[in-house]
Amino acid sequence: MTRQEAAARRLLGREQEAEREQKVTNLWADALRRMARNRAAIVGLVIIIALVIMAIFADKIAPYDYRAGDSADNYMVPLWLTRILPGNMAAYAQIGNKYLFGADYLGRDLLSRVIYGTRVSLPVGFVGAMTALIIGLVYGSISGYYGGKVDDIMMRIVDIVYAFPTMLLIILLMAFFKTSFGGANVPGTAAYTFNRINHVVDRFLGLEGGGMLFIFMGIGITAWMGIARLARGQILSLKEKEFILASRMIGASDIRIITRHILPNIIGPILVTVTLSIPGYISTEVFLSFIGLGVDPPTPSWGAMISEGARAIRSYPNQVLLPALMLAITMFAFNFLGDGLRDALDPRMRGTS
Amino acid sequence: MTRYIIRRILSMIPVLIFISLVTFALAHAVPGGPFDREKPLPAEIKANLNRYYGLDQPLWKQYTDWIGLTRNPSGEYAGVLQFKFGPSYSSRSRTVNDIFRAHLPVSAQLGFWALCIAVGMGVPLGIIAALKQNSFWDYFSMAIAIFGVSVPNIVLGPIFILIFALTLGWFPVAGWGTPAQMVMPAFALGLNSSALIARLTRASMLQVIREDYIRTARAKGLAERVVIIRHALKNAFIPVATILGPMFAALLTGTFVVEQIFAIPGMGKYFITSITNRDYPVVMGTTLLYAVFLVIANLIVDITYAYLDPRIHYE
Repeated sequence: MTRQEAAARRLLGREQEAEREQKVTNLWADALRRMARNRAAIVGLVIIIALVIMAIFADKIAPYDYRAGDSADNYMVPLWLTRILPGNMAAYAQIGNKYLFGADYLGRDLLSRVIYGTRVSLPVGFVGAMTALIIGLVYGSISGYYGGKVDDIMMRIVDIVYAFPTMLLIILLMAFFKTSFGGANVPGTAAYTFNRINHVVDRFLGLEGGGMLFIFMGIGITAWMGIARLARGQILSLKEKEFILASRMIGASDIRIITRHILPNIIGPILVTVTLSIPGYISTEVFLSFIGLGVDPPTPSWGAMISEGARAIRSYPNQVLLPALMLAITMFAFNFLGDGLRDALDPRMRGTS
Repeated sequence: MTRYIIRRILSMIPVLIFISLVTFALAHAVPGGPFDREKPLPAEIKANLNRYYGLDQPLWKQYTDWIGLTRNPSGEYAGVLQFKFGPSYSSRSRTVNDIFRAHLPVSAQLGFWALCIAVGMGVPLGIIAALKQNSFWDYFSMAIAIFGVSVPNIVLGPIFILIFALTLGWFPVAGWGTPAQMVMPAFALGLNSSALIARLTRASMLQVIREDYIRTARAKGLAERVVIIRHALKNAFIPVATILGPMFAALLTGTFVVEQIFAIPGMGKYFITSITNRDYPVVMGTTLLYAVFLVIANLIVDITYAYLDPRIHYE
């Protein structure tokens, strides 16, 4: 709330409200209140919470198993869809009301697979964001804080890796991980260790044999550079400020200055960037699964489902429609939340990029 | 300026060396050669094939052969530096160059139209939204922008097919060649970028039209059209130019998806097939070629930058 807006409200006779708005000075409380007033951001947050619940309790919510199908129900189309999109179905399509959204080419319930798909997409988004945040922040902080030769070398490395087209690098990495780590069964080698960790991760996520670790690694290796640059730039401008000088004068250690004085000041823009990059990580996984380098079947990924569905789009549009809609809704939710977060933390940036 | 361009071109060299090394290393670190089939080939045949393709050479030699710094087993310099990307393992009669020649033009055409849509739709939408702030047009173009940013081309493709091909019947479902077949793929590929451009153009336009020099331009009696195009747009375009590089990258990878969905015989579709077939020369060649495109695109963006904003001086 700007001063002008406050004045306007006062003129409109809503003094109490205007005064309350002006009193709060804490950045985070302020941001939280601005955010609560942003309807799109709240809708996004609610959708994300619903998706998280869906992912955690997928085995309770999903009406059927995501692996086993009934071959008698192959390509089943629900009755209601034939009323909405008449003429789009194959004439020989099997119509039945057993599944709400129909079944795929192996007779597996589409709805259940889409629900289990949240267990792929959401972890990818969050793990991508966390690795980007942690590695990027540490790398950028060191580079920006120490400056000089350290900064030169570290940023030159980032520049070179940054020039590598991210998607192509991820594709190559995934092809490498999946073939050399995925099948490794000789104990004692590094590849075997990765393979074991991968099994643990898959079991933890409730998706046996999905190969999620490799996707996390592929995205994590490429995700941190943007944050590192951002953090470095912010720190470069911050570290010359008087309050940093003051705390150094009274003998604070480097670690203390970074964690207590610098990080709290740069966390806002970094949080916004990370939130807005989550849709990117999710769509990266969808893209990888779409081209067959993502999760391994039978693990349901929206990308793989869209790829399968797109092939059958003339006869069975429901197969591509459901995962595509889920993906779009998820992307909307994260974008709304990220936009809201940015407007709330830095109202000056409203409406930019 | 010239010195800056020369320095930038020189700085591309370590980047390209790094890219070629990583590409080569990752492609060769994958276990199992290209001739490991479900039905194993006799050892002698495999050894012959390996010798023919130079796969029995030490790894560093294979790399320098591929780059074109040393003579390959047939005794000639035939590497990337000579614009020869080697043989394709899966289609014996064609080299990677033949494959590029057959499929790249299709992808380039698709990318070109997508770029036209991205700029041709994004910039006007952004300008209209900024000039008529808080009007219907503003909300309309920002709604399109949010939609375009949130809905990836992997979703747009099938939805376009369902609506415009199967339900309305305006365009053919898939394929490539006729203008009607190009409309949907180009839009599916370009819409995301046009949304990004529209948002950025609007934001920077809003800032620029409040500047003093715009008021000066109006005050000295210039036509509104001249003020907007000559004075405002040129400056508003500077932030937009920054995303053209990443956008170009997004268009490149976007072709992989869009070509797959619309059954377009472009390089993206072929690239995906090559990964599954472990046809590494194709994978390496495409990666390197696309990386070079991107590095050059970024260079052009930076130069455009300097042209648009005379205040930017590159030391």
